[in-house]
Amino acid sequence: MIETTYRGALRQALTDAMQENEAVVIMGEEVGRYGGAYGVTKGLIDEFGEDRVIDTPISEAAIVGAAVGAAMAGLRPVAELMYVDFIGMTMDQLANQAAKIRYMFGGQIGVPMILRTQGGTGRSAGAQHSQSLEAYVMHTPGLRLAMPATVEDAYHLLRQAMKQPDPVVFIEHKGLYTMKGELDTSAEPAAWGKARVMREGSDVVIVSYSRQLHHALAAADTLEKENGIQAAVVDLRTLNPIDFATIRPLVEQAGRAMVVSEGVMTAGVAAELAARITEECFDYLEDPVVRVAGEDIPISVSPLLEKHSVPTPEFITEVARMMLK
Amino acid sequence: MTEKNSMPGSNSGLPDLYRHMRRVRTFEERVGELFVRGKSAGSMLHLSVGEESAAVGVCSHMHDGDTFTTHHRGHGIFLARGADPARMMAEIAGKETGYCHGKGGSMHIADMGLGHLGANAIVGGGIPAVVGAGLAARNGKKDVVSLAFFGDGATGQGILYESMNMAALWRLPVMFVCINNQYGMGTRIDQATANPRLHERAEAFGLVARTVDGLEVEEVADAAAELIAGARAGKPAFLAIECYRFYGHARKDKSPYRAEAEEAEGRNKDPVLRARTKLIESGIMAETDLDAMDAEIAQEMDATIDFAVSGNEPQMSSMFRDVYAPEEAEPEPVRTRIERILARQ
Ligand SMILES: Cc1ncc(C[n+]2csc(CCOP(=O)(O)OP(=O)(O)O)c2C)c(N)n1
Ligand SMILES: [Mg+2]
Repeated sequence: MIETTYRGALRQALTDAMQENEAVVIMGEEVGRYGGAYGVTKGLIDEFGEDRVIDTPISEAAIVGAAVGAAMAGLRPVAELMYVDFIGMTMDQLANQAAKIRYMFGGQIGVPMILRTQGGTGRSAGAQHSQSLEAYVMHTPGLRLAMPATVEDAYHLLRQAMKQPDPVVFIEHKGLYTMKGELDTSAEPAAWGKARVMREGSDVVIVSYSRQLHHALAAADTLEKENGIQAAVVDLRTLNPIDFATIRPLVEQAGRAMVVSEGVMTAGVAAELAARITEECFDYLEDPVVRVAGEDIPISVSPLLEKHSVPTPEFITEVARMMLK
Repeated sequence: MTEKNSMPGSNSGLPDLYRHMRRVRTFEERVGELFVRGKSAGSMLHLSVGEESAAVGVCSHMHDGDTFTTHHRGHGIFLARGADPARMMAEIAGKETGYCHGKGGSMHIADMGLGHLGANAIVGGGIPAVVGAGLAARNGKKDVVSLAFFGDGATGQGILYESMNMAALWRLPVMFVCINNQYGMGTRIDQATANPRLHERAEAFGLVARTVDGLEVEEVADAAAELIAGARAGKPAFLAIECYRFYGHARKDKSPYRAEAEEAEGRNKDPVLRARTKLIESGIMAETDLDAMDAEIAQEMDATIDFAVSGNEPQMSSMFRDVYAPEEAEPEPVRTRIERILARQ
């Protein structure tokens, strides 16, 4: 058991994977000498050399495309996209190439690559550096999608992602890098694709992931202390695959569910989950499944507007109270 | 806009070029101060110190009606085009009184009135817009040019080459201005390309292309005069300006990847100091007059901080404004939607 950070756990996962498997290479902007825009890959170039920790020009489309080819040719590439906001620039390589190669070519070959990136609000980084674009990925069959919320998962989920046979988009949250936590790298992690029940509760189920999980947990604490409301909180961990089997019994018991996501409300991850819960648990629901999601607007640089563009713990608490009134 | 702040005219001599470069330098220093005082919106502030000649030299040959886009290190360019530094500073502080009412910030500042089609936080993101602006100028038979300002790092993006090809093919009144400060974040230009002679790429597309030394603002201005005049006449151009990024990439970066000796040498290529020395040595201006000019500029820029700090935060109600045109309905807030849904139960 070690005490580390989300960032440290990610770095440990990369280090361990690179030590274990010669085929693992990291490529992206500033991943080598600079150590990564958020410091995740710091020091790796010294340990593994320039052939395996590869600084690239500012060429997102080609970075992802090269990772696709490298994966097809036998490497295990971990490409880094500095901000998920740049995913549009890579979308052809990701959605038309990486995601479809196995299927189009009749199952001859897969594309076992990782695209590591980070998103979310919290740094006054403005409209083009603060988005939560996981829905773009989730909307593309063929791409796996993992979004760690905890220090443990920063390590274990990344390790698991790197063993997947298909392309995985791995989205970190810029607001979590300095979060501290305990990590046991030898512990048996929750299985890939399994959600984790972070908190039991029979009044309402809060389904979340990434940084909003922490907001949901804070809200659940307040609800218990101030209102005696028992909220179950689920960390999805992966958005493709989705572990509905873990969510179903909780919702059937509570009869109320809310999905909390930082991505915009319309046609987002929360929309998909709310639809799924409604379809599958319809007979058990006392209330409509509520989406507590990002506003349908771009993110402002103003810290004030930025903060209220995405769910806050206070708002989650308030919505739960409204549901249980 | 007061006369004093107006952009340098095309006949401006070295004193004027110097004054505008000093304004850019001092403004950027105040941006740094705003950050240190904890009053900036975030830390993604990219200072153009060391690159003043690019902004001022090129802008000295732009006219009313010309348009331009900039990259994330664009404060100096906007200022050299006649921006109000107080409203710029307020935008950098994320205030309602800023150019974009606190929504854009340092990397997304714009002013259509001055032809600034927008700064960009996507490397290369603002480049193709000048192709479109050039098309509009051509079809509208307007005697204007459109300039894209970007860094050396943007030469890694394919969209630059697509844009240059279109501009050349259609003979558009467009100029590409590459401010080569030798670095894209921590990556030196020779670590990002096997051929750092960037203008050769533009030549390959059929553009008129040059590289100039950013140490000499007059050289930049002369090259810009020639290339912009050509672009107006349908000969699109590319100008690379060689300079050095004096500070870290953004406010928090201390550039540990650069040797001290290299930085010292780089900072010797100071276009502002160079112009000042030239003015004194050639007897065009006395040192005391330059001191007085600098002091006046310092005062003007000090005031921008006061303006920014004392400005109001954006109104919460502005959050949903300007996603769509003002005559259209604003997006419905999540709260109202949830309240309506739950009230029905
Ligand atoms: C598409 C995209 N990729 C990466 C980044 C992150 N980034 C911001 S500035 C920068 C370096 C840009 O270098 P250059 O174009 O030379 O401009 P400079 O910062 O030197 O002015 C990088 C990699 C970004 N903002 N957009
Ligand atoms: Mg540069």
